Amino acid sequence: MKNRASVVIVGGGITGISIAYELAKRGMKDIVVLEQNTLSSGATGRCGAGVRQQWGTEMNLKLSIGSVKRFETLQEELEYPHDIEFSQTGYFMPAYTDKQVDQFKKNVALQTQFGLKVEWLEPSECRKVVPIISLDGLMSATYYDKDGHLNPFHTTQAYAMACKRKGVDIELFTQLVGIKTEHDAIKAAITNKGVIECEYIVNAAGGWSQIIGNMAGVSIPTYSERHQILITEPIEPLFRPMVMSFYHNFYTQQEPNGAIIMGIGDPNEPKEINYGNTYRFLHKMASVVTAVLPPLKQARVVRQWAGMYNMSPDKTPIIGKSPIKGFFIACGFSGHGFMIAPMTSTLVAQMMTNEPLSIPEVETKLDLGRFERGELFVEPSVV
Amino acid sequence: MTNKDDITVCRCADVKLSEIHSFIEDGCTTLDEIKRLSRACMGQCQGKTCRNLIMQELAKAQKITMEKLQASTFRPPVVTIPLGSLAEEEPDEK
Repeated sequence: MKNRASVVIVGGGITGISIAYELAKRGMKDIVVLEQNTLSSGATGRCGAGVRQQWGTEMNLKLSIGSVKRFETLQEELEYPHDIEFSQTGYFMPAYTDKQVDQFKKNVALQTQFGLKVEWLEPSECRKVVPIISLDGLMSATYYDKDGHLNPFHTTQAYAMACKRKGVDIELFTQLVGIKTEHDAIKAAITNKGVIECEYIVNAAGGWSQIIGNMAGVSIPTYSERHQILITEPIEPLFRPMVMSFYHNFYTQQEPNGAIIMGIGDPNEPKEINYGNTYRFLHKMASVVTAVLPPLKQARVVRQWAGMYNMSPDKTPIIGKSPIKGFFIACGFSGHGFMIAPMTSTLVAQMMTNEPLSIPEVETKLDLGRFERGELFVEPSVV
Repeated sequence: MTNKDDITVCRCADVKLSEIHSFIEDGCTTLDEIKRLSRACMGQCQGKTCRNLIMQELAKAQKITMEKLQASTFRPPVVTIPLGSLAEEEPDEK
């Protein structure tokens, strides 16, 4: 391992690895990525893999539209020899209350301004998109056929292989244990395998971001929350889009190989790092999903697992500088880090190389300082 | 004669030996990495057959013995269960 670098990036998930790539692409040398386990072993490799553009604020629309544009050509750009499995099979978002119908109407109006051709579906039209959906209580739905999904492991690996060709060092099984600062500026990253003197440290540590913040003396108000997920064995094709219900707090999608992946939020989840699996989740998930999509009763569960959402107080990412010079933050993605990683990494690299930002308002709206200023960011469309 | 590249290592996800070798060439040194990239060990049998076969290839490539390698996790519920059955059975609330 190097003992000097210009940048040390903490976290070998999609966010950290894509930031390394964007910096290397801009000609930065001596970049080291630290990963305490293997690539995408944290939230990236445990996520639902969906990519949606149906958001309710200009900021999230810009982040997600820019990211999907990038995903469309990413495999070629990164010259990856395998398949990142990007496919645009859409997101279907049903509404079950008057309030949701009103919110979705507002969202679609805004999404249309941004050029997204989101379809408004009445209950009688929903089965054209999701043939197996129960119409019980369903009031309307929105559907956008350019939302989709891609393989998180291959996407991270594709970025990582491109990084290595550009000379980035990716240190697996290497944990950051401390950060040395001097006069409120970054001096060195202290790892379990040695010290790396550096000018910049980027905190892309997902579920551990608050711990890494403390090492630099920067208090980051993020916390980790377990989200459980399961997958069934492959069965015949039943539905194509991601089905995501804010009312039931769940999402599910049939993967290209026929397996059905699904997750459901638990409002009583404690704020802690916890990878445990529960029977309560299996039961809750099965009850809800078989009520909404009844033919799934036959689908057999193969595996369940858990991952950490790194939550921020307003469920919106924290991207930008910190009070410590050279300490940059990209965390608090609150369950949406994978889908916007191409824009996150571009923005962080632009900030670090003093380029104009693709989305200038990120600097004043998604920064860490917003919590102190009391300027929370409100996104109406999150699970 | 069997072509070595056509040997199936994982029957659940239909992964061939040649694919395992290509991920090792890409720099993978652990079973977890290969599992995530190839879907081997993630199917109905959770790797009962392929786990050892892949670890054997990893050990050969790194010229170490298999016990030096970390095995992958067997995930619950281990044996497949229909969602319909899980929906019926209330968990014990304690």
